[in-house]
Amino acid sequence: MSKSFDPRTNYEATRKAIGYVPRKEATQADYDRIGFMSGLEVHQQLLTKEKLFCRCPAGIYQGEEYDAEVIRHMRPTLSELGEYDGTALMEFKTRKEIVYRIKNETACTYEVDDTPPFKMDREALDIAIQISLMAKLNIVGEVHITRKQYLDGSIPTGFQRTAIIGVEGEIYLKHKKVRLIQLSLEEDSCREISDIGHIRVYKTDRLGMPLIETVTYPDCVNPEEVREACNYIRFLARSTGKVRVGIGAARQDVNVSCRGGTRVEIKGVAHTKWIPELTHNECFRQWALLHIRDLLAKQVKHQDSWKMQIHELDLPSFKTSYAPIKNARGKGHFLLAINLPGFQGILSHFTQPGKMFADELTDRLKVIACIEKPNMTHSEEIDSCLSKTEWNRIRNALQAEPGDAQVLIWGPSDDRKTAMETIDERCRMAFTLVPNETRKSFEDGTTIFERVLPGADRMYPDTDSQPIPLDNTHIENLGKDLPGEVIERYHQMKKWDIPEDTYTYIFRNNLFLLIDKISNELAMEPRFVGAFFGHTLKHVEGTYQRSKEFRYEQVLELFRFLKEKGIDLRLAGKIIPVVYEHPKMDFESILTMLKFKKIQPEVIKSAIPFLVQKYTPLRRLSTHEDKINWIMGQLNKSALGNISLAMLKSEIEKNVS
Amino acid sequence: MTEDFFQGYKGSALEVLKKFNVRVWSQATIETTRGLFKGSILPRAENNDDQHIVLKIASGYNVGIDISTILKMEETGYKKAVYKIPEKEFPFTPGFPKVKLLGTGGTIASRLDYRTGAVIPAFTPGELYGAVPELADICNLSTEKLFAVFSENMGPEQYKKLAIAIGQEIENGIDGIIIGHGTDTLHHTGAALTFMVQNSPVPIILVGSQRSSDRPSSDAALNLMHAATAAGHGDIAEVLISMFGPTSDEYGMLHRGTRVRKMHSSYRSTFRTIGDIPVATVTRNGVVPLKKEYNHRRKDRNVKIMPFFDDRVAIVYYYPNMKPDIIDSLVDNGYKGIVIAGTGLGHVNKPIYPSIERAAREGVHIYMTVQTLWGYVHMFVYDTGRDLMAKGIIPAENMLPEVAYIKLGWALGQTHDREEVRRIMLTPVNDEITPREPYNGYLVYQGGVKEVEDFIRRFHK
Repeated sequence: MSKSFDPRTNYEATRKAIGYVPRKEATQADYDRIGFMSGLEVHQQLLTKEKLFCRCPAGIYQGEEYDAEVIRHMRPTLSELGEYDGTALMEFKTRKEIVYRIKNETACTYEVDDTPPFKMDREALDIAIQISLMAKLNIVGEVHITRKQYLDGSIPTGFQRTAIIGVEGEIYLKHKKVRLIQLSLEEDSCREISDIGHIRVYKTDRLGMPLIETVTYPDCVNPEEVREACNYIRFLARSTGKVRVGIGAARQDVNVSCRGGTRVEIKGVAHTKWIPELTHNECFRQWALLHIRDLLAKQVKHQDSWKMQIHELDLPSFKTSYAPIKNARGKGHFLLAINLPGFQGILSHFTQPGKMFADELTDRLKVIACIEKPNMTHSEEIDSCLSKTEWNRIRNALQAEPGDAQVLIWGPSDDRKTAMETIDERCRMAFTLVPNETRKSFEDGTTIFERVLPGADRMYPDTDSQPIPLDNTHIENLGKDLPGEVIERYHQMKKWDIPEDTYTYIFRNNLFLLIDKISNELAMEPRFVGAFFGHTLKHVEGTYQRSKEFRYEQVLELFRFLKEKGIDLRLAGKIIPVVYEHPKMDFESILTMLKFKKIQPEVIKSAIPFLVQKYTPLRRLSTHEDKINWIMGQLNKSALGNISLAMLKSEIEKNVS
Repeated sequence: MTEDFFQGYKGSALEVLKKFNVRVWSQATIETTRGLFKGSILPRAENNDDQHIVLKIASGYNVGIDISTILKMEETGYKKAVYKIPEKEFPFTPGFPKVKLLGTGGTIASRLDYRTGAVIPAFTPGELYGAVPELADICNLSTEKLFAVFSENMGPEQYKKLAIAIGQEIENGIDGIIIGHGTDTLHHTGAALTFMVQNSPVPIILVGSQRSSDRPSSDAALNLMHAATAAGHGDIAEVLISMFGPTSDEYGMLHRGTRVRKMHSSYRSTFRTIGDIPVATVTRNGVVPLKKEYNHRRKDRNVKIMPFFDDRVAIVYYYPNMKPDIIDSLVDNGYKGIVIAGTGLGHVNKPIYPSIERAAREGVHIYMTVQTLWGYVHMFVYDTGRDLMAKGIIPAENMLPEVAYIKLGWALGQTHDREEVRRIMLTPVNDEITPREPYNGYLVYQGGVKEVEDFIRRFHK
């Protein structure tokens, strides 16, 4: 077997063996076969003036500049069972030095944990209660602030202050109900600047901003449902008009498992449109890992006594033309050859599109042992970095058997021990399970290892703050002016015949009420108004530079202006790009700028006979259709705003026989 | 003893629990007008109201249930949590220095009970090893718990007991001593021990933490490691306070027990040497002296323990328009010593002169310090000062007010003879009065100034 082993063939064969199908071709039957299950944790920043536990302004972001730096190390603390949490141990292994970059405008001594928390921001609490009411959650009687440990350094205290506002709610999607576990109000974390070797750098501007987290049960059974649920939760929050919008204001973690798999959390998915591909691939990755487990059960008979063989290579004298290894010379790095008994065909086993099991090893070397990539090569690379002779020499040195696989790792000598442990640990995990982990997402729909998934043991009460009672009257008052439900609005827009491809835009920007208002006040077709936002304005947004002063309400003012002037509403499409860029210009001036002239429809119509005459000598291809189009083209500019195209066309048709 | 099934609950909330027969630590289902809640019933903090019941829900969070919304409650299971710090035997390494940790209380080494939020002190070597295993790479540690009090409850009785315990440890051949202490009055104890334990052959290191050790970013572990290094390996055989230098996890500073003060209510780098530079910096790699002169470690055991204290001493922090009855009431109540923290160079207003005269006449020892903290008392500069001295107030040079308070109590514990007390007060034991103030002993830089901002940007805070 070993002689004829070809990694590429193996990769293709294993992908086929697990029944991987690209998402575009996947059906519900495929997802049922592998037991797709997914739920969400949707994070949404709230629109408040101040941060959640201090009086710093919320929503101001710093650039690269900073005023000071503070360094912290995170130590694992014992759980109530007297054990260290898995994540805690991993983070401690990584021995990271965490650097916080502070800007005076956006952070005070609270952010860097040199001052205890101030009282929870009431504005944030009230918004969180309102959104909880809309999600039909049971509101708690008393808000208890809890500490949730995070040892990655993303919060300088080592824990996030978070509090449950409501439990057990539900949302209704188009075709099903998704249950909610809870909604919590918490402080946002730092933004990571870099993570290289043993130093991780954060900025503290976003830290402490009020954020809600809505958690669903794993009720979604295919990737599209996950996206739909996510959009719903986001739109629900946006419909209050009291949440932040823009890059990073809403982010989600997506939990995925396959049948027999494990809950894996894909962290920080920035766009809902990435969700389907990510969940699809993650589910199949787990399915592949289960297949690997089954293969290993056959290939490695005595798993308990499985032991990798290690051979220290002399980096300076190791002959290779492979650049990363050559570059490691002279830096005091180690170079180890490791034999993995019985792992042939495993390293090149398919896991995700373009990725194989070996990637699980190299990803962990980067995160746990802090060795920058490339940190590893192996005997089943599709395009091998080492020559056959080199691999044979390594196999001989390791006294490898056919059916084994080999990896070569290198990096700073201090990280040698952790690197070996990391490889050993991940390989052993392959015998039994899909590791419980959080993964970082990429736009192409693949993920890489980020952290070990923390357990429930990392929650404990915040001794620095008092519980906050929520009495009935207060909740009733907050419940009085809640916006209508997203699903009802969805059905209403359907009824209005607004094109469905505009819904995301309308919900995202919370425009439903405005559309309703414009249609009512100006007696306009909701369909036209909806399309104006979802098509015209969306296009403008993608093409022009938005002024900070632009407000969606200006669309209402524009329509009112056109109506009063008796100008055809279609001219709005020409005007809106100018309003979008220069919202302070008055509409009259814009008309002048666009060289718009008010012309009576009769005047335009009167030009038709002349154009009919002019057409024939000019055009060789003389069809009826072409003739009408040409005349329309000639009159289009003056017609816009003065006569509707439909009317103009019928007028031309009358003249062209 | 009967078991308390309703820990911390009182009044109406207790009645509700009793009515539905639901105990603390039980799993319960609670029907309320706001919907259904499920979880384990937790004990309630004693100072919280009697209108809510605390529940830990499945996701690990705690929530409170308003008892007025409860329709029905049912106990579905019971599991009492017993929280214990794991003990691991502290390894003995031949050749490592023997260090004794004397515990007084405070948050330096404690663990949080995750369910109730109560703080449980980690104290035995085994517990400490479980929490800070690095200590075993520094020294052979043994511990003794002298008392368990918060910093603010430390007083003369504790100072004396500590001094005696330290003396015994030194006689028994210890290589260094660590005292775990709350931070609020760490500098008072630092001064007291400097006076009560003189001529120590080994370092005596006081240490605390500004963030409890149940937090991942606590300064406790690093402070303990620094203290162990300074106690076991350092050459400075004095009473020192070891706390963070910068707020960053970088290095600690060793401050003389007589020249140090807690200067921020919550910063990690709260302890600062006033009117001088710190004695040394400390990292896990060792102690780096900043001052050239200090008492070196010795092999002998010739320590002098002087556990004296007369607690009829007070500090009076002067403020404009202070009335004479403040001083009078102290004298009327039998106080024998008064330390005044005066304004500027050491002043108080005229209306209290008669009270001061009377106090002096009745044998009360009055010393003047400055509330500016930095700088010397200079009572010759203005007439006011000269008047005050004539009325019996003795200037205490650049002794910090808290240190003067401790020292006066200690001096009065030995004698009430006016001249003898004066001699003790003005003869420095270890820099509580310094002959000169170095130019870099006063560095309270102000932000906003370009060169300061540049400095802050370049070096970790």
